[in-house]
Amino acid sequence: MSDPTTPAPRLEPRVPSRGNRDEVPAIEVRDLTMAYGDRVVMSDISFTVGRGEIFVIMGGSGSGKSTVLKHLTGLRTPATGTILFEGQAFSADDDDARRAVLQRMGVLYQNGALWSGLTLAENVGLPLREFTALNARDIAEITTVKLALVGLRGFEDYYPAAISGGMRKRAALARAIALDPDVLFFDEPSSGLDPVSASRLDDLILEIRASFSTTIVVVTHDLDSIFRIADRALFLDINERTMTALGPPSALRDHPPSAEVHRFLTRSSGGAP
Amino acid sequence: MQATAAAHTREGTLIIALGGDWSIDRAPPRFAHTVAKAVDSNGHAVQRVAFDARTLGRWDTSLLLFLMQGQQFCEQHALPCDTDALPEQLPRLLALARAVPERTQEAPPPPGVVTRVGLRALRLLGDLREAVTFLGQVALSAAGLVVRRTRLPWRDFWVVVQSNSSGALPIVTLIALLVGVIMAFLGVVVLKRFGAGYYVSYLVGFGMLREMGALMTGIIMAGRTGAAFAAELGSMKITEEIDAFTTLGIAPVDYLVLPRVLGIFCMMPLLTVYADFIGIAGGMLVSATLLDLSFRQFFSGLLAAVTISDALLGVLKGVVYGAIIGVAGCMKGLQTGADAGAVGRSTTSAVVLAITLIIMANAVIDWLAALLDV
Repeated sequence: MSDPTTPAPRLEPRVPSRGNRDEVPAIEVRDLTMAYGDRVVMSDISFTVGRGEIFVIMGGSGSGKSTVLKHLTGLRTPATGTILFEGQAFSADDDDARRAVLQRMGVLYQNGALWSGLTLAENVGLPLREFTALNARDIAEITTVKLALVGLRGFEDYYPAAISGGMRKRAALARAIALDPDVLFFDEPSSGLDPVSASRLDDLILEIRASFSTTIVVVTHDLDSIFRIADRALFLDINERTMTALGPPSALRDHPPSAEVHRFLTRSSGGAP
Repeated sequence: MQATAAAHTREGTLIIALGGDWSIDRAPPRFAHTVAKAVDSNGHAVQRVAFDARTLGRWDTSLLLFLMQGQQFCEQHALPCDTDALPEQLPRLLALARAVPERTQEAPPPPGVVTRVGLRALRLLGDLREAVTFLGQVALSAAGLVVRRTRLPWRDFWVVVQSNSSGALPIVTLIALLVGVIMAFLGVVVLKRFGAGYYVSYLVGFGMLREMGALMTGIIMAGRTGAAFAAELGSMKITEEIDAFTTLGIAPVDYLVLPRVLGIFCMMPLLTVYADFIGIAGGMLVSATLLDLSFRQFFSGLLAAVTISDALLGVLKGVVYGAIIGVAGCMKGLQTGADAGAVGRSTTSAVVLAITLIIMANAVIDWLAALLDV
């Protein structure tokens, strides 16, 4: 008989993945080139994100961080290169497979992107209604749990316009985790938030990873947040138009591979590392 | 393996044995159902609740939901709830979910009929006051232009003028032509019965010049330009561009509303005259085809009856309709709310308001014209 105190593993993804799951990284990006029409924004981007890792994509304004996120979430197609989601070529999948992969992702957009015509409960409940066989009562209760996890118990019937920016972001996080995704993407989670709310959101990110072993990819230039939550970070250099650093943030700060990385991680406006 | 939850009592402890894989893809067991049998059949007094997770497989939020129901059960029955045997993350998640107390609010009693009517009346009064205030602001801004206190952004003005001249001609042409044709058809059918087919030109002339030319142009422009004004200003409101004007000390009415209202105000009479000509031409074509009336006969009949005051009345209506379209569109745009659907609502209400006011203005002007024998 097993030890009753041994934690049970979290649920496997809804779609079985190919091969040995533990050997395959959650996300693998190979030689990615991103372009708008003929204009290449970034090229030669390669990295992997391990399961349960908190991975930060950082860089200055306009460096293409959000564009990388759009490629990772399938909103944009790479000009060249491959993006693998648990070993599967995400972009090349057929519609059904693509939808199945998307259901295993959750995205928190920069402005929350809550549907303004729906209440918070309806916002969180919509993915549950669309992608599970749960009845209305179960959906309502799970919605309440999700909102409670982000500190919004009792706000089920509120519309997004009636709550503050920080609450909107937390409600959007509740929607992002509605389906217990394997991978969560955050686009500038702390933008527009006061330091306390931003720190609370960081706590939630850490808690979600600790509780659900979720792989988390965060796009941000908030240094406090980067040093607090990131296991590893990728630096996009707007001048070089490619990635110029990859590693734990504190290691990159102590041994910066370029002057730009040094300036970014030490908030300095000039000088060599 | 499907999620299972079985309850039994032992020495005053209600033990919930959790097993299998818990997934939100399937309806999870409910705590109340699970404990009902165990408590009923034994009848023993339960002193505490505990969990046994030895056969628990994989889990997600569905298990958290079950445990929260369990916590609620314990609170209702004042029982201690022992979660020590659960996977370590679960008590933490339970604590997190309950970290912020539920926001409870007393629902206000539903208002009675009298209160609802009163509230509605107050809202209407508020809307009316707002509309009058806005109209006053536009009038003051226009007056400021005359005394050179207000500076008109000419570029915006010319954009509106262009959009409501060459840009509006195709749709105005089509609708005015069809209205002229319809009126002529009506005249041919009705007047021919009395042997007065010749008077079709009277009907088309009077109809287009006094009523239909201005009215149809007004309705077209309310749907086209009024809606565009509301959508433009509404989008600017949502993106805080209007606030940016205000905080800079620039009155949005001077900078955004006046060029739009003046633009449509200037163009509506011209479009009305154009619609009059096109409508009459449409009527003439039908008369020539169905009554063998020559163009000369049609025009001589028309000019014998129609006076310049008929044409001027139509033009005056065009001026009034132009002001209504501009003011209604801009006012609704500036009143736009903060959500994504707000622009749509503003646009709709701008068009509805403009058309309603145009019809009402038409009735008032016709009544005054009848009084003055114009």
